[in-house]
Amino acid sequence: MKRLPIKIRTLALISILVPLFALFVYVAFRSGPLAPVSIVLTTVENKSLSPALFGIGTIEARYTYKIGPTFAGRVKSLDIHVGEHVKAGQVLGEMDPVDLDGRIKAQDATLKRANAQISEAQVRKNYAKTQALRYEQLLKAGYTSEEVADAKRQELLVAEAALTGAREELSRVRSEREALEAQRSNLSLIAPVDGLIVSRDADPGTTVVAGQAVVELIDPYSLWVNVRFDQIRARGLAAGLSAQIRLRSQAGEMQTGRVLRVEPLADVVTEEVLAKVVFDQIPDPMPPIGELAEVTITLPTLAAAPVISNAAIHHIDGRLGVWQVIDGDLRFTPVSLGIADLEGRVQVREGLKIGDQVVIYSENPLNEHSRIHIVDHIPGVTQ
Amino acid sequence: MINLAGRDIMHSWGKFVFTAMGLGLLIGVTLSMAGIYRGMVDDAKVLLDNSGADLWVVQKDTLGPYAESSSIYDDTWRGIRGMQGVDQTANITYLTMQVRKEARDVRVMVTGIAPGEPGTPGWPPYLVAGRQITRSHYEAVADIASGFKLGEHIQIRRNQYTVVGLTRRMVSSNGDPMVFIPLKDAQEAQFLKDNDAIREQRRRTAENPAFNQPGVPALLDAVIASQSTNPYVNAILVRVETGHDPEEVAESIRRWKRLTVYTRSQMEEILVGKLIATSSKQIAMFLVILSIVSSVIVAFIIYTLTLGKIREIAVLKLIGTKNRTIVGLIVQQSIALGLIGFVVGKISATLLMAPIFPKYVLLEPLDSVLGFIAVIMICVMSSIIAIRVALKVDPAEAIGG
Repeated sequence: MKRLPIKIRTLALISILVPLFALFVYVAFRSGPLAPVSIVLTTVENKSLSPALFGIGTIEARYTYKIGPTFAGRVKSLDIHVGEHVKAGQVLGEMDPVDLDGRIKAQDATLKRANAQISEAQVRKNYAKTQALRYEQLLKAGYTSEEVADAKRQELLVAEAALTGAREELSRVRSEREALEAQRSNLSLIAPVDGLIVSRDADPGTTVVAGQAVVELIDPYSLWVNVRFDQIRARGLAAGLSAQIRLRSQAGEMQTGRVLRVEPLADVVTEEVLAKVVFDQIPDPMPPIGELAEVTITLPTLAAAPVISNAAIHHIDGRLGVWQVIDGDLRFTPVSLGIADLEGRVQVREGLKIGDQVVIYSENPLNEHSRIHIVDHIPGVTQ
Repeated sequence: MINLAGRDIMHSWGKFVFTAMGLGLLIGVTLSMAGIYRGMVDDAKVLLDNSGADLWVVQKDTLGPYAESSSIYDDTWRGIRGMQGVDQTANITYLTMQVRKEARDVRVMVTGIAPGEPGTPGWPPYLVAGRQITRSHYEAVADIASGFKLGEHIQIRRNQYTVVGLTRRMVSSNGDPMVFIPLKDAQEAQFLKDNDAIREQRRRTAENPAFNQPGVPALLDAVIASQSTNPYVNAILVRVETGHDPEEVAESIRRWKRLTVYTRSQMEEILVGKLIATSSKQIAMFLVILSIVSSVIVAFIIYTLTLGKIREIAVLKLIGTKNRTIVGLIVQQSIALGLIGFVVGKISATLLMAPIFPKYVLLEPLDSVLGFIAVIMICVMSSIIAIRVALKVDPAEAIGG
């Protein structure tokens, strides 16, 4: 009976110590740096990819008309406001003529004076002609000298030239008046096309320089999206491709459109390619000019090929490749990649066959000596 | 010959085991502290590893991009790409900020990665779920420690990003989880002020007569447009072609491009030696103090355990037990104590303490081995005092008391 209490004590001690040491061994080898790395495998699939391009852009109007005076002046009236639709030929506003009317009156007076000058020149010419004829006859009869007759002939020519000059002066003055009148009628700011007023940059009373816009008019039926694509991801971008446009203000809704043209000039600084995408149907209400839009361009579907996820691709020692589990060991297989789609799938041109298993996710960086543990999903990732 | 130590432990095993457990928790805290220190250093190193770069090209005379701010033009990479020995270059931006997700916000390091294919320097080298970024805007890959989930939308500045992939152990040198977003978005995020500030800036510009000249109406627009661009990145990551010496390539970039270039070892020196120097020294100091306190406590425990047995030891001496046997008893007991304590400590540090720390705790096997040796040595050494007491005991005490 004496040994029994010791036995119980020994058993109790063992029942504490043995699990403790077992736990210790487990802890030492199954956690921390010595623990095997959990990995998730995936199969190389035979799939046809529908690659797509993604870019962002802003809504712009294809035709924008900046309407302003052709000379510096003051805005007299401006009857339209932003948001109003106008018709072609509609008078939008007027510039103040300032001294223009006075100048036209002055020109009228100048015109009259020019007419009077013509009459004067005409009279002088008539007199000179009579005198010239008279001296011609006197010269024939020998009552006057050759010199006097020549002087009278010359006087006639001078009078004729003065008359031509006066006539030309009249047409100059007339033209000048016409020019002033043209300017006078050009004081009206007239809409060149049907359109929508988007900006009113000056109010009546403001002085503007020649060429400065007073109102800005757009053609609301010519909206397009000026989209920018990163050059590295713009392969296949071409006119005519269908596009999906998502406006920033309408997160859930997609508009359809197509690529109108790819700009021949790329952005050198931002390393982007520019393209214009037009709506199939312009959204109603019209989206504001300058709104941000995300554009996804769908490229033609490719023939089926071996496809992996881009999460499986690693860069090791200057080579792109994937990790494969061969006979329980990890091996790095270099691959050459083809076209990728926006869902992260990449075609594999060389290095893998359909049905091959590759490592897609791992808990830690892998190397050839990593101990591995294949799981369905990495611990900690909620499905 | 019976084992005296074993018999004695058996005699009062409950007390012994619980003492060992208590000691174990203390050792566990010490190991965790070592783990925190290692974790800090490791955070700095994984930051460098994960960038996948051999060289960091930064603004001249700065310690960027991690230890100091650095900004260089985002087209500088073109000149560097053409240099001999350069295999790949990639722009990168880093910005530590609070990222909003619904009601809460998380402190993360937003990393802007250059467009390209997986394996481009700066890209997360491995994922635990989802996929890498494919769109050049509004997608994010987040570290799992940020708590973001696949498919979630997170708000960085004014844009919403969809989390398309998750990765692990991608942290800044402070241990903040990283969120990878496309470079252009990151440049914008780094630069973009709030709308109020932008309007104020426009107003200020418009009020400046130099920029708002009545005769040149388009000048103001041009000035404002030039104010709202950010052609800068924080660094260029360079991958050196195999067969070239990174130091040589770095030297030629320094010489011809007049930029500061760091190699991997220099960067590590900056991060470990400068950036986390004080905080890691703080932890290291704490570790030292904790170790000293632990050893003192171990010494006390063994001393009191021995004092508790002083009468029994006197009896042993009385019946003529050799000193060696008594020394053996004490030493064996203290080693057993240390052993159990270490095992409990290691288990508690790994399973209980490490996971609850918000920052990474790296329990290196080598540290554990060193810790084990230290524990055993401390136990042996602290038993010396107990042995002195035990050997000095007068056998008469067994009778007298």
